Formats: sequence, C-alpha cells, structure tokens
Amino acid sequence: MKLHRPANRHLALAAILLVLPFIIDALFGHGWVRIADFALLYIMLALGLNIVVGYAGLLDLGYIAFFAVGAYTYALLGSPQFGLHWPMWVTLPLGAIIACIFGVLLGAPTLKLRGDYLAIVTLGFGEIIRIFLNNLNAPVNITNGPQGISGIDALQVGGFSFGESHQWLGVRVDDVHLHYYLFLAFTLLVIFVSRRLEDSRIGRAWVAIREDEVAASAMGINTRNIKLLAFAMGATFGGISGGLFAGFQGFVSPESFSLMESIMILCMVVLGGMGNIGGVVLGGVLLVALPELFRHAAGPVQQMLLGKVVVDPESLRMLMFGLALILVMLWRPAGLWPSTQRRRELNTEEGA
Amino acid sequence: MDIFFQQIINGLVQGSVYALVALGYTMVYGILGLINFAHGEVVMIGAMIALAVLQALLAAAFSPVLAVLISLMMAMAVCMALGYSIERIAYRPLRNAPRLAPLITAIGVSIVLQNLAMMIWGREYHAFTLPFNSVSHQIGGAIVNDVQIGIVVVALIIMAGLLWLVHHSRMGRAMRAVAENPAAATLMGVDINRVISNTFMLGSALAAIAGFMVSVNYGIVHYYMGFMLGLKAFTAAVLGGIGNLRGAMLGGVLLGLIESLGAGYIGDLTGGFLGSHYQDVFAFFVLIAVLVFRPSGLLGEKLAERA
Repeated sequence: MKLHRPANRHLALAAILLVLPFIIDALFGHGWVRIADFALLYIMLALGLNIVVGYAGLLDLGYIAFFAVGAYTYALLGSPQFGLHWPMWVTLPLGAIIACIFGVLLGAPTLKLRGDYLAIVTLGFGEIIRIFLNNLNAPVNITNGPQGISGIDALQVGGFSFGESHQWLGVRVDDVHLHYYLFLAFTLLVIFVSRRLEDSRIGRAWVAIREDEVAASAMGINTRNIKLLAFAMGATFGGISGGLFAGFQGFVSPESFSLMESIMILCMVVLGGMGNIGGVVLGGVLLVALPELFRHAAGPVQQMLLGKVVVDPESLRMLMFGLALILVMLWRPAGLWPSTQRRRELNTEEGA
Repeated sequence: MDIFFQQIINGLVQGSVYALVALGYTMVYGILGLINFAHGEVVMIGAMIALAVLQALLAAAFSPVLAVLISLMMAMAVCMALGYSIERIAYRPLRNAPRLAPLITAIGVSIVLQNLAMMIWGREYHAFTLPFNSVSHQIGGAIVNDVQIGIVVVALIIMAGLLWLVHHSRMGRAMRAVAENPAAATLMGVDINRVISNTFMLGSALAAIAGFMVSVNYGIVHYYMGFMLGLKAFTAAVLGGIGNLRGAMLGGVLLGLIESLGAGYIGDLTGGFLGSHYQDVFAFFVLIAVLVFRPSGLLGEKLAERA
C-alpha cells in the first residue's frame, strides 16, 4: 500500500482511529480510554472556538459558557431533577439551539464594536452563567446549585445505550469505547463542517474580516452579520459538545465550567495553530494528554528532586498554560502547526 | 431609608476603589488602544505585597503608622516594576501585531500572575486588618467607619493629583500628545516608549493603592480577588467613556452605587427570587447596557473603530 497516496493515507488513518481505543486500553488501561473520550470532546470544543477565534478573529473568553448551556439543557431534560427523560435527539439539538440563541444575544450588541469589547463581555458572560448555575437552587430549585445534577441519562439512540457494555461477535465493547466512537463521529462531523465552511463564501468573508475589517466591509461584506454568524456557529458547536459531555459524565456541576476551562480551550486553538484544523486537533490532543502525564509526573519528580511536593501540580499546569500563551504569541504567533495561508501572510509582509 | 443611606455609603467607598482601578485601564487604553487584561491581577499583587510587608514590619515592632505607609510604598514600587515589565515583555513586542495577539498575551500574563500568587500565598483567604482602631460613626442612621472615610478621602486626593499631573505637568502633556497622535508626538521629540512605560507604571501605582484599599475595606486578601475587580473596573471605565480620565472616576463611583443599591434591593424587587449573591451580575448588565445604548460612555466623545 502506497502511503503517500491521499486515499490510502485516509484509509490508514481511519483504521488507526478505529482500533485506537483498544490499543490504548491494552497498553495503558481503561482510564486512558476515558481520557481519549475527553480529548475528543475538547477537540470538538476547540474546533468550535476555532471558528470564532481562528477564522473570524474574534476573541471569545467565555466559550465554556456555551458548553455549560448545552450541558445543563441536556441534564435538566434528562435526569431525575425534574423527572424528565427526553431522548437525546431532542435534548442535544435543543441545547445547541439555546446555546446559539445565547451567542446571538451576547454577540449582537458587542460585535458592532471593537473586538476587545467582545473579549471582556464574553469573559463576564462566562462568569455570570456560572454564578447563575451556582445560585439558581433557591427559592426555586432549578440547577441544584453547587451540588450539580447527577443521575443524568446516558446517551441513547433508539434502544441502544452508550452507557453500558455490549457484546458483539464475542468481543466485549465497553461504554468508554462506545463513547469514543460516538464522539469520534461527532468530531469528524465538526471537522467536515469546518472544512466546508473554510472554503465557502462565508469562510472567506471571515478571513477577510479578520485581516482587515474596513477593507472587508468596503468589499460589500456585512461585517456585523458575518461576525455574528461565526459567533453563533461557535456557540452551537459548544452547545452540542456540552450535551455530549453531560450524557457521558452522568453528572454536571458549575465547577466544570470555570474560566480556566475557557482559557484551556483557547490555549488549544492558539497553541495548535489558529485557523488550521489539523493544528487545533493537535493542540487539543496535546493539552489533554500533557497535563495528564504532568499530573502523574509533577508530584513524584518534585518528591525526587526536592524531597517534598512544593508546588501543587494543578497550579503549575495553569502557570504553564499562561506562559505558553505568552511565548507562542511572541515567537510563533501562528501556532505549532499554522495554516499554510497564515504562514504565507506572516512571511510576506511583516507588520502591515 | 436607613438601608438606602447605608448602601449609598458602601457604594461610594467601593466606587472609589473601582475608580482608581478604572483609571489604570483608561490611561492605557487612551494611549495604546489596548485593554490591559492583567491590570486586575496587578491590584491583587499590590494587596498581597502590602499585606506581607505590613505583617513583617509589625512583627519587627515598627510603629503602626510607619508600617502602613512603608507597606503601601513597597506595594506601589513592586506594582510599578510589575507594570513596567508586563508592558516590556508582553505588549511592546506586539505593538504592530494583529489586534488579537496582545489580547492573548494579556490573558497569559493574567493567568501567570494569578497562579504565581497562588503558589506563593496559597489558596486560602488572608485576613487584612489595619493596626489601628477604626471608630464607627453614626451619620443619619447609617454607620461609617474611619477606614471607609479614609478610603474616599485618599481616593479623592489621588484623583485630583492625577488630573493635575495629566493636565499640568510635562509628563502629562507628553501622555496627552501620544494619545492624540503618536506619530506627530514622535516628530515633536516625545519618546513614545518612555511615555507608555510611564503610563503603565502610573496605572500600576494606582492599582497598588486600590488593592490596599479594597483589602482593608473587606478585611481579606485572596489570590483570585483581582479578576472580578478588574472586570468591574473595566466596566466602570467603559461606563464613563473609556480613554477619558474624568469618565473613569465618574464611572467607578456610579458603578459602586449601582452595585450596592442593586444588591440591597434586588431581593425586594424580584420578590425574593434573586438575592444579594447576584451582586456580581450587575456590573455585567451595566456593561452590556452601555455597549448597546451608549458605546462611547457617559463622558466619552467618540469611540473610534480602529481596525
């Protein structure tokens, strides 16, 4: 098989992705398959944010809020909280639509202004959503406050549940594996949509706005609406991933939607390469896998070198994220794996 | 009525702090057109340094007044150095880069500072009390203590000083010139880089004072305190008209009042559905409302869309 032929390369990649959970399971154990599931969720989120930040050049610092909206929509409509058990194909799209509405409500007043305002407003919005989720348990209990909602229905299509193990042809396929395939399918869908968008009229309009808003509007682009579209679309993807997250975890609480999560997703996009799908996927994989390794390594290494754990690995991790954001912007503004177009732009004209 | 008066006083005190922080945002914005996201963390670092120095000095049996003054000075010095470094490291190399770049580095700086503070001072809340007795006074049914009066008075003096500095000193004239037109200012022999560094240091010194005030007022210091404070102060700057010094002062005080009155009455207004723990939400709605109805702020002339 000639690997340099694109078709063959795709086939090989597909084969690897299909058997990957079993390889991970055999080599590292069950826990890492779960981590792979989370990696896929984060990649979906990062791809959604990439539309906003990478294509349209709008800085969204509260992206996790849309994820939260999707997750809570799914959780409230499919858990003992209200005794509702709506099916996934209603709650997932509903979560996406509600996230999209929030995106439009937030974007409409801010997107006609400078990009900086959007950054601040989204930052505030992310916090506000968390405050509401935390406090909407009294006097009417809606979100169950800081305790969160548990016992959320598993993701289920027809009679087929992704939340339990199945036996096919003598092979036992566990729930984490099933979720892997489900999330993989969704990720591929998001990648497909992103790629189609990239080359579409809308995608080109986004890039034009990112590069020079005045010139773009002179070319007849309705900049506000096109920006709003990017923002709403990013929010929609966030909502879908949120629903999947809730179904996968079986539990949601405001804790999962802190500002630091937004920052982490932003890191994936910036580090990997803004506007480049491959780069964003790479960023997602790196930023999920590295901290996990780090978590296992940071404690013992400090123990070995200094005799005690001086620095809490979690804050060390965040510190590294912060440094990474600064250093990447200073020295490799297009990310680890930049899009060819961006590289071209950066090489030909400096500081235009 | 007593509650109303009390909330007005609380709002004025909190508003003075917002105003000082908002000045830092607005000065940098006026000159560079950049939102210095890390400014809130500078406030936090100022508070932390002040507390550390104060405790060390009191332990060394310094007189309380001297200890407070020295700790404030130290906090200002550290914050000025910090502000200078932030500008040099994170913003100056990106001055001609696309708009997104300095915003992202600013976020990075903010996270780094926050986590450094957490590593040094831990996750817990630290008590911050002044080493003198603060006497409470009854004014028209409301209670005010010396600390609160001190905060408002010091804030007023500092703001007056800043206005004088910007409008009547050589440095202030250079700042205004750069804000007006950087290229023309350079031609007139103004060293832009120095002016920008000065602006950052001035803003950071104000941030240190604000950090000291807010911690004395609430009696606690925490590594996460800078984030919300920064967000609100930015809102105050936008409310007053970003880039406008008087606007930042007005916006700060107004936001303080809106917040304390809002938190005091939201329970009654919503029939008990929403309580005072939604206090942090007000600033955000004010921000959205200003951006929708009057993006240039109360005193702002015009919001230039710099692409």
